[in-house]
Amino acid sequence: MRGATRAKWAAGAAAVALAATACGGGSDTGGGGADGIVSSSWGDPQNPLEPANTNEVQGGKVLDMIFRGLKRYDPKTGEAEDMLAEKIETTDATNFTITVKDGWTFSNGEKVTAKSFVDAWNYGANLRNNQRNAFFFGQIEGYDQVHPESGQPRADTMSGLKVVDDRTFTVKLTQKFSTWPETLGYAAFSPLPRAFFDNHDAWIAKPVGNGPYTVDSYTKGSQMALKRWDAYPGEDKAQNGGVTLKVYTDNNTAYTDLTAGNLDLVDDVPASQLRNVQADLGDRYINSPAGIIQTLAIPYYDKAWNTPNGAKLRTGISMAINRRQITDTIFQKTRTPAKDWTSPVLGADGGHKDTLCGDACSYNPAEAKRLVAEGGGIPGGTMRISYNADTGSHKEWVDAVCNSINRALGNDRACVGNPVGTFADYRNQITQLKMSGPFRAGWQMDYPLIQNFLQPLYYTNASSNDGKWTNAEFDNLIDQANAETDTQKAVGLFQRAEEVLRDDMGAIPLWYQNGSAGHSDRVSNVTLNPFSVPVYHEIKVN
Amino acid sequence: MGRYVIRRLLQMIPVFFGATLLIFLMVNVMGDPIAGLCGDRECDPATAAQLRREFGLDKPVGQQYLTYMGNVFTGDFGTAFNGQKVTELMATAFPVTIRLTIVAILFEIVIGITLGVLTGLRRGRPVDTGVLVLTLVVISVPTFVTGLLLQLLLGVEWGWIKPAVSPEATFGELVVPGLVLASVSLAYVTRLTRTSIAENRRADYVRTAIAKGLPRRRVISRHLLRNSLIPVVTFIGTDIGALMGGAIVTERIFNIHGVGYQLYQGIVRQNTQTVVGFVTVLVLVFLAANLIVDLLYAVLDPRIRYA
Repeated sequence: MRGATRAKWAAGAAAVALAATACGGGSDTGGGGADGIVSSSWGDPQNPLEPANTNEVQGGKVLDMIFRGLKRYDPKTGEAEDMLAEKIETTDATNFTITVKDGWTFSNGEKVTAKSFVDAWNYGANLRNNQRNAFFFGQIEGYDQVHPESGQPRADTMSGLKVVDDRTFTVKLTQKFSTWPETLGYAAFSPLPRAFFDNHDAWIAKPVGNGPYTVDSYTKGSQMALKRWDAYPGEDKAQNGGVTLKVYTDNNTAYTDLTAGNLDLVDDVPASQLRNVQADLGDRYINSPAGIIQTLAIPYYDKAWNTPNGAKLRTGISMAINRRQITDTIFQKTRTPAKDWTSPVLGADGGHKDTLCGDACSYNPAEAKRLVAEGGGIPGGTMRISYNADTGSHKEWVDAVCNSINRALGNDRACVGNPVGTFADYRNQITQLKMSGPFRAGWQMDYPLIQNFLQPLYYTNASSNDGKWTNAEFDNLIDQANAETDTQKAVGLFQRAEEVLRDDMGAIPLWYQNGSAGHSDRVSNVTLNPFSVPVYHEIKVN
Repeated sequence: MGRYVIRRLLQMIPVFFGATLLIFLMVNVMGDPIAGLCGDRECDPATAAQLRREFGLDKPVGQQYLTYMGNVFTGDFGTAFNGQKVTELMATAFPVTIRLTIVAILFEIVIGITLGVLTGLRRGRPVDTGVLVLTLVVISVPTFVTGLLLQLLLGVEWGWIKPAVSPEATFGELVVPGLVLASVSLAYVTRLTRTSIAENRRADYVRTAIAKGLPRRRVISRHLLRNSLIPVVTFIGTDIGALMGGAIVTERIFNIHGVGYQLYQGIVRQNTQTVVGFVTVLVLVFLAANLIVDLLYAVLDPRIRYA
């Protein structure tokens, strides 16, 4: 390797020449102990930082630190627990009376009242405000008036929301939804102070909320410094002095900065570094389950994929995928082979059942070959698995899945990958129903409920039902489950719906995704919540 | 001279419109960007329509282009999807990239030309061969390899620099990234200077200068170097534009929040306003740099006159 040694020598020579000029620069890490500042990697939020406008994890991190809603999901168990809600009462799963706890304020001193919630939700739902998450308010009566399918809003507020007094408000839904209160931990349901409405630009430049941290300074696109709010009224006070979120151009650079000791926390370990992570970080590497599942969706709008015998074909394909081998080698165990269509973070009580898919999700090449043949063979002789090539290192696993299918079926041309340049283009092809074969479908839960893993993805014409799978029995069971006020019975009904999905193999489950993070030895007690976001307020600085 | 400059400036107008139109069309060909804003979920049609209206995406492409250009002339480069004005993005990104480019150009000039003169005067000697082999290595190793290698060695193993540049991106922090960015061009500058010097060394005017007893130093700097620099200046001039736009790889490796990073993000998010805005400014920089290079010819070589 003459070339390599030369290059090293050149690098060394250049380094010597530069040693004088390249100064290390000071460290901005501040003190240790309870006032220590944690520095953490960040990405530029895609949308403006408003609670109902943030639908990705980077903006979500900030909201999680500066807001507290009626409910909060326990960082460990994912269970929805009352936060600002004193009580949420209903007798018919349609009308809810919500009482807000006394003593909560925003960090600017304003009291958090029933009106803070109602105003925020009305803002989030209104079409005029362009909020990406407006559909979260879709179950509330009067949503179709403020957010019509076409044309301008016909009302400013939703008729289903009524302020009773300072601490009480009522919500009327358009249909029964017994687990609705448990969705209220989602950031879109956060309360908003008057400052948000009165001086919106100033609020966007420096958001004000009611969470354990306040925004100290925010330079868009590069850095946000959050400080502990000492007067925070909640139980979950910050255990550190603050968090500095630094935007990195690339997660590899953030990882390098962590190994060099300039950064405390990276919550997105790049796939290419997973091999080295044990050697680099040892027990400072965290790999814990998150509410994310990856599946292959099937284009049911394509006749070739929607045949009477299709269930056999799809089950055959599912059984031709050696999930264990792929998660072990390509993902270095940061994913777990899927055994149902939900996620382990729900727990057995929440509806996760690791025997639900059973044989249909186990690798069995002989059976796979038989089923695919009985199902009429691969449509067109070759199936193309589409994925977006710009993020998430999808190419590696799609190629591996195809190899596995090809080997199992004994046909080199059975499956190939089909990269699409950008995520936006990929989404366009999906929404315009242009997929001609199975395609990558990922789902990160909004709230830890089995309903969230089934209804948005497989209910007829649901917002994320990309394959347009439709099944009357499934829809019926989901409706029944939503109307059921007993949680355990509701979960049972959801699982029955999931069995319908399995018998038709409506989508092929691949694996559950873990959250992975690494931290420096300056900090301890670092954990990830079920949304794969670090639990910042519990981090201790040594 | 004045008329020449005016003629060149007038020529820039069609180039400017052509380049912006091409970029505008290319970004548009990638399709509707709104679908990428809602994650793995179909945007609800009402919000998507509202967003399209807000960003002017519901109009035909021709009209979009005209509106955009109209706005550009009033200094309005539009708004990125995250709600930031593109001019605001430019105000933070361009100073950083300009600093990086200055560092890179300085490396090219100082190291590149020095090595070039050194080797050009000692052709065939060990120094010449050594530098030639070295430049060959630098040219053949891709920038990201050099970048990652230096980052790992200097930043992590030896701890001389911080592997990631802070948002302020001071000159001190940009030394190593600048060297990486300049490395390939530096090698070319060395080789260009070397050939040019070696060739001109045998020219009549150099022999005359030596014959009339001028000191060697003066012969080299005033006569030989000045004439040999014309191809080098051309190269460096066009390189300014290439360095500013082509820093995507280097900026990503060293966490520099400059033009390359903004362009990358604009492309990934299909943000027409960001991409067209930044490229438009880069086109202008490129044109201006080329004009300056052409004018420099006259300074370097008195035989060249612009009427």
